[in-house]
Amino acid sequence: MERKTEVNAENGKQELVITREFDLPLELLFKAYTEPGIIEQWMGTKVLKLENKKHGIYQFETSDAQGNVVFRANGVIPEFVPNQKITRTFEMENTPFSVQLEFLEFEKLTDSTSKLTMQSVFKSVELRDQLLKLPFAKGINMAHNRLQEIVGKLK
Amino acid sequence: MNLRRDVYQAIADPTRRAILVLVASQSMTAGAIASNFDTARPTVSKHLQILTECELLEQEQKGREVYYHLNPERIKEVADFIEPFRKMWDDRFNKLETIMKEYQSKK
Repeated sequence: MERKTEVNAENGKQELVITREFDLPLELLFKAYTEPGIIEQWMGTKVLKLENKKHGIYQFETSDAQGNVVFRANGVIPEFVPNQKITRTFEMENTPFSVQLEFLEFEKLTDSTSKLTMQSVFKSVELRDQLLKLPFAKGINMAHNRLQEIVGKLK
Repeated sequence: MNLRRDVYQAIADPTRRAILVLVASQSMTAGAIASNFDTARPTVSKHLQILTECELLEQEQKGREVYYHLNPERIKEVADFIEPFRKMWDDRFNKLETIMKEYQSKK
């Protein structure tokens, strides 16, 4: 079975590796990570700051429908090599999560396909496992909210 | 035909869950599995196909027979709730791909 996005989180290791092959030339895949307007579209987050260079910094911010900021992340970029790699720290502000280190590697497969390997290194195995469970917890929350909405209408 | 199936959709079906429980104790042929259900044989085959596509089951050729057994890693993955995380990134990357294809065609 074809699974385009793979997540590899080995037991007991404080890292996870996400890989994905794209039907996109390498340059376009890299562009999706460096153009603020494009990042905003696919990540669904606002790019407050992004310096695409060695020792640059970045800051992302996500708001809910009411305009309240629900998520803010920032980091520094120790390595930036166009069409090859971006190494960056990733910190979610106002959360118990410690800073992560992300290694993004961009590879050309053919003229029209490319591959991304994203290795995230965490402070501890426990923090990694907690992060993996976030979307699951969020999914439960959303289902719960929807339920409340429906019940609210019944009143 | 879309072969990429949602693993949670696969285990949402009671018959498929029963098949997983059955095969958990020992590897079995499709015939042996089907004999445990009142459902028609082709229906059971369809369930086995879906479970195999999701990599919850693995096929193993023994002589002329094909045996099905659990893929413990995949089962563990589901139990660890990694799948929603993977799905989140898969959705994001699908979006990225769509956006960049449009971008490319506009040039």
